[in-house]
Amino acid sequence: MTAQPLLDVHDLTIEFTTRRGIVKAVQHVNISVAKGETLGIVGESGSGKSVTSYAVMRILDRAGRIAEGSVMFSGIDVKAASENEMRDLRGREISMIFQNPRAALNPIRKVGDQIEDVLRQHVQSAASDRGEKAIEALEQVKIARPRERYHAYPFELSGGMCQRVVIALALACNPQLLIADEPTTGLDVTTQKAVMDLIVELTKRRHMSTILITHDLGLAAAYCDRVVVMEKGRVVETAKSADIFARPEHPYTRKLMRATPRIGVSLRDLLPEEEVALSSASPRLRGEADARSAAGEGDSPQTALAETAPHPDPLPAGGERKQKPLLLVEKLVKEYPRQGAGALLSKLFSRKPPVEAEVFRAVDGISFTVGHGESVGLVGESGCGKSTTSMMVMRLLDQSSGRIAFDGEEIGAILPQAFARLPQRKSIQMVFQDPTDSLNPRFTAARAIADPIMQLGNIRGRDALRARCEELAGLVGLPVNLLDRFPHQLSGGQKARVGIARAIALHPKLVILDEPTAALDVSVQAIVLNLLQDLKASMGMSYLFVSHDLNVVRLLCDRVIVMRAGRIVEHGSSERVLGDPQDGYTKELLTAIPHPPLPV
Amino acid sequence: MLTMIGKRLMFAIPSLIGVVIVTFLLTRALPGDPAAYFAGPAASKEAIEQIRKKLGFDKPLIEQFFRYTNDLAHGDFGTSLTTGQPVATEIRNRLPASAELTLLGLIVSITIAIPLGVLAATRPGSWIDHLCRVTTTAGVSLPVFFTGLVLVYVFYFRLGWSPAPLGRLDVFYSAPAHVSGLYLIDALIARDFETFRSALSQLILPAATLAIFSLAPIARMTRASMLAVLASDFVRTARASGLSPSTVIVTYAFRNAMLPVITTLSMVFSFLLGANVLVEKVFAWPGIGSYAVEALISSDFAPVQGFVLTMAVMYVLLNLFIDILYGVIDPRVRLEG
Repeated sequence: MTAQPLLDVHDLTIEFTTRRGIVKAVQHVNISVAKGETLGIVGESGSGKSVTSYAVMRILDRAGRIAEGSVMFSGIDVKAASENEMRDLRGREISMIFQNPRAALNPIRKVGDQIEDVLRQHVQSAASDRGEKAIEALEQVKIARPRERYHAYPFELSGGMCQRVVIALALACNPQLLIADEPTTGLDVTTQKAVMDLIVELTKRRHMSTILITHDLGLAAAYCDRVVVMEKGRVVETAKSADIFARPEHPYTRKLMRATPRIGVSLRDLLPEEEVALSSASPRLRGEADARSAAGEGDSPQTALAETAPHPDPLPAGGERKQKPLLLVEKLVKEYPRQGAGALLSKLFSRKPPVEAEVFRAVDGISFTVGHGESVGLVGESGCGKSTTSMMVMRLLDQSSGRIAFDGEEIGAILPQAFARLPQRKSIQMVFQDPTDSLNPRFTAARAIADPIMQLGNIRGRDALRARCEELAGLVGLPVNLLDRFPHQLSGGQKARVGIARAIALHPKLVILDEPTAALDVSVQAIVLNLLQDLKASMGMSYLFVSHDLNVVRLLCDRVIVMRAGRIVEHGSSERVLGDPQDGYTKELLTAIPHPPLPV
Repeated sequence: MLTMIGKRLMFAIPSLIGVVIVTFLLTRALPGDPAAYFAGPAASKEAIEQIRKKLGFDKPLIEQFFRYTNDLAHGDFGTSLTTGQPVATEIRNRLPASAELTLLGLIVSITIAIPLGVLAATRPGSWIDHLCRVTTTAGVSLPVFFTGLVLVYVFYFRLGWSPAPLGRLDVFYSAPAHVSGLYLIDALIARDFETFRSALSQLILPAATLAIFSLAPIARMTRASMLAVLASDFVRTARASGLSPSTVIVTYAFRNAMLPVITTLSMVFSFLLGANVLVEKVFAWPGIGSYAVEALISSDFAPVQGFVLTMAVMYVLLNLFIDILYGVIDPRVRLEG
C-alpha cells in the first residue's frame, strides 16, 4: 500500500482500570484500513476486537483509556482530538453498527426521529427537508414502505429490519469509514445474508471503507479483502482473506479454522490437534471414541456417525424396543391468540366468540419421532416454532391439540404443572441456550448440578450428593475444584458444562438441546459438541437438538427436521437433507451460510 | 384512549367495593365502644344504651352495613361523632389542605432530586455523586417530625423568618374564595397577592420538611435508572453517531429513565398524602391524615370509613393518571391499552 491509509492504528494499547488493578485489553495493535477497503477483524470473545474499534471512535467507557500508541484517521490524531472534534467525526466520518440491533435503537423514539437526530447534529440538511432525507435513508437500506416505517418504533420492527434502520442511521451522513461490530450475530442466516449483502452494496457504491468485526471466519472470508486475527488483545496474523484461509500461519488462526463447523468434516476434526489425541486417550472415552475418530479420518463423517450411533445403546436391545420410537409426536398444534394481552381484555368485555383469524398457529400439525439413542435436529429460523415444539415435548407448555408419546406412554395429555411430579420428568431433561442466564447466579456449580437430584433423585445425604456431583463433573470434563464457584466465576464453556451436567444428572433418556452452543465461541463450541457426542454414546441418550445452525446440526445429528412457519418442510437423514435438499426453503437456508474456503 | 380509561375505571369498581366492606368490618372489629365514648365518662348505662340505639349500633351488623351503603349511594358519608360535622364536608375541606402541602412538597422535591440524580448518574464518583448520596441518606434517615421541629426552631424561633406554625393562614387573613381549595391557586385567581404570600409563607416549612423526606427515593431511583439507561446499547449508538451530550442525556437517556421514576413518584405522592400525620401535627395543619388518626383514636367510625374510601378513590385515579402518563412516554405500553 503506497497511498496514505484512511485509518492507521499504530502500536495501540488500551488499559482498563478494574477492581483488580489495570487490565490491558489491547496490546500493541497495528491495523490500517485503506480507502475503499473492507477489513475483517476476527477473534473470539475477549480478544479485544470490539475494544479496538471503540478506541477508534473514542467511545471507550469511563474505565478504559488509550495508554500507548496512536490512532490516525485521515490525518486527524484521534487520541489528541478534542471532544468537540470527535463528536463531529462520529456519525459523519466514522459510523458504527452494532450487535443486537433492537437494543441499539432508542426503544421509545420513532426510527425516523432517530435518523433525524443524526442529520440535525451534523447539519446535513435544512430543517425543512430533514424528514425527506430520513425517509430517503430508509429507502436506501431497502425498507419497504419507508414513509410508514418512519413513524415506527423499534419494537414494531423485526430484528433484520431494525438492523437496516441502524445501517440507515450509520450511513445517513455519508461517512468514510463504517465499523460493523458483529452486525449479524443473533440474526437468522437468511437475514444475515441480506444484511451483509446490503452493507457491502452500500459501502462499495459510496467507496467507503469498512471494518467488519466478527467471530465468524466464514463471514469474514466471504465479505472482506483483508483479515486481521486477534487473540487476547494482540494481533496474531494479518493477511489477504484468500491467503489466510488457504495458508493460515499462526497456530491460533489454524485452531480457529479447525473449530469452525463446515462441510466435509467430522466433530473430531473441530478439536485442536493436541486435544484429539488427548480425548481419544482419556479413559472415559475408551472404545467408541477411538473407533469413531479412526473411522472419521477415513470415511465421510456422516457414515461414521450413523455407524456408531446405534452401537453404544446400552439398553436391552430387544426387537420391539427398537421399533418403538422413544418419542412420538403426532399432529402437534400450538395456537396463540393473535393480539396478546389486549385480546384477553376485549374477550372479557365482548361476548363475541373469537374469530378464527385471531388465532396464530405457532406449531401447525407437525409429526416426527426420535428413536432410542438417536439424535434429531430441529432446524429453522426464529419464529418457526422449533422452540415451542421443544417446550411442549418438555411439558413446559401445553399443546392445543395433537399427541406426544414418550417411551410408549402418552404424556401429551398431562398438564405441565402435573408433569413435574411424574417419574417421566426425570427422563426428559433440557440444556438451555444461554449458559449464563440458565444458571441461578446464587447457586454454586455443585448446587446447580445437584438441583435436579435433590428435586427428583433418590440420592440423599450431603456426601453422597457431593460424590455424585463430582462424578458428573468428571463426566462433562469440569475440573472438580471449580464446583464451588458461582456462575460469574466460570467461563462460558465451563458454564455450558455445568448446564449439561445438570441435564444428565438423572440419567435421562431424552435430552432436549436448545441451541446449547449458540452463545459460545467456536473453539469452545467444538469442545462442547464433542462432549455431547461422547456423552450420548456412553449414556445411550437420545437428543432433540434445536438449532438454527445447519453446520452444527450436520455434525451432531443423525436426522434433520426443517421447520418453517410452524410446519415441517423437509426431513430425512442429515446427509440427505443437507447434502441434497429437496425443498426450496432448505436450499435457501443452505446457500445463505457463508462458507470459509476449505483449508488445504 | 377513552375506552382504556373507561375500562380501567370499571376494573376499579370491585376493589372499591372491597374497600367499603373491609373498612366497615374493620372499624366494627376495633376495640372500644363509640356509644360509651360519645356519651362521656360520666354517662349512665341507660344513657349509653340510648345513644347506641340512636346511632343504630344495636342493630345486627348486616343491617348496619346496608344502611351504610345506602347512605354512601346517596353521597352521605355519615356524621362525625366528635365534631358533629358531616364527614363529606370535613373531607372536602381538609383534602385540599393535604393536597396543597403534598403537591408543593413533591414539586420542591422533584426539582431538586431529579437533577441531582441525573447529575450523579452522569458523573459517578464525583463530588455531586457523593453529595447526592449524603443528602438522600440524611433525608431518609431523619424522621419528619424531627426535621419539622428543627426547621421550626431555626426559622421561626431563632431567626424569625417564617410565621408561627399554626395552620394554613395567618390569623389576620381570611381564606380566598373557594375554587380549587388550594389556597395558593385560589388566591391567585382572586388576585389577592397578600393572601398568596401569607399562604406560601405558611406552606414553606412543612413543604420543605416533606421535600427533604421524599428527596431520597426520587433521587435514588433517578440515579439508578439513569445509570442503567446510560449503559445501554442505544445510548452507545447515540454517542457513536456523534450526538451532543445534551441530546444523548435528555432525549435518549432521560426519557427512558423516567419510567421507574414516575412509578416511584406516584408511590411517594400517595404515601405522603395520607400518611404525613406527623408533619400535620407539628405544623397544626388541618390535613386529612390527622383527621383520620384522631377519629380512629376515638372510635369514630364514619370519618375513618370516609377517609379510607377517599384514599382508595385517590389511589385509583392516581394510578390511572400514571398509566396514561406511561403510555405518553412509552409507546410499548400504549399498545396494550
